[in-house]
Amino acid sequence: MGAQLRVYRRRMRSVKATKKITKAMELISASRIVKAKQRVSASTPYANELTRAVSAVASYSSTIHPLTTASENPIRAAILIISADRGMAGAYSNNVIKEGEQLAALLRERGLQTTSYLVGRKAVNYYRFRNRAVVGSWTGFSDNPTYENAKEVADAIIKAFIADAQTDVNGVDEIHIVFTEFKSMLTQNALAKRMLPLEVVETDAPIPSGLLPMYEFEPNSGVVLNALLPRYIEARVFNAMLQSAASEHAARRRAMKSATDNADDLIKSLTRLANAARQAEITQEISEIVGGADALASASAGSE
Amino acid sequence: MALTVELVSPTERVWSGEAIFVSARTVEGDLGILVDHAPLFGVLADGEVSIQGIDGDTTVFNVSGGFLSVANNRVSILTETISK
Repeated sequence: MGAQLRVYRRRMRSVKATKKITKAMELISASRIVKAKQRVSASTPYANELTRAVSAVASYSSTIHPLTTASENPIRAAILIISADRGMAGAYSNNVIKEGEQLAALLRERGLQTTSYLVGRKAVNYYRFRNRAVVGSWTGFSDNPTYENAKEVADAIIKAFIADAQTDVNGVDEIHIVFTEFKSMLTQNALAKRMLPLEVVETDAPIPSGLLPMYEFEPNSGVVLNALLPRYIEARVFNAMLQSAASEHAARRRAMKSATDNADDLIKSLTRLANAARQAEITQEISEIVGGADALASASAGSE
Repeated sequence: MALTVELVSPTERVWSGEAIFVSARTVEGDLGILVDHAPLFGVLADGEVSIQGIDGDTTVFNVSGGFLSVANNRVSILTETISK
């Protein structure tokens, strides 16, 4: 076998092996999107009920709560970025990180300092590489977050929010979350939203129209709000994580599908090249034999 | 007339349907809800929530904290951890 042909065959083997891997990853992601989507929809009733409750309490009680009132002169804002732990998902993590950068620039324009909270190894590595300070980071659950994970993250940011930003270097006046919204299998958007101080009105689910009932609070509206708001933030963080996880799987499936397609194309063109090389080799061998036979024939003809 | 009850946790909807009576323990004490209860929002303590469905069967859940809201014959119970 000629050298040329051997090189082509070797490359084909390696591309085929890569294709098997990308194909497997595509199938795995495809099956996980379904599960992730189910988890998003399973968490929706809780989030909706909680949103209803928070809107009701916030609009029907005159209680002033630190979590609902905006600071008069905010000096610091926290940004929570939810990215992926693993790559192989196209521009998924990059998009979220970029959205976070834009948000940070916007906040700096308003004269605010920013502190970062990161979820997912990709964002952590991005920040570490640039030597940026990170207040909190969590990794290892980006593709399958549990409520406990969300609670941990939410606790940390609520604590920072309650701390006084004037005196505490980690205290913040605003909290923003950057995550990837899962719209459909084909559309996912990186999105930045303000979580605290609350903007209770923003919700995807239609809140039943008409007046909210005049609630009686037990024991009183202050206690209710105290207990309710951290749960609300947890649910918001959890929902963002679940949507990001579904988006991550969708992005990975898409990236792996195009990798598989590209491998197919590559194999096809390499096969053509290998065939041409083999044919050239055969042609060359035939012409060598014919040439050799001719030479022999003319040599023996001359000796007679 | 019956109550429309939803018992939800962050990860799933545990129970939903029509009921005639719901009882739960708030931080202030036990509470029973029948049809046409006044709008109420309560903080739950660790304890039992029992729901008597329209078929008369009573289901009991153990919850750890959470919230209970009642309005227009609609009862929703939100809690982080539920066990039967």
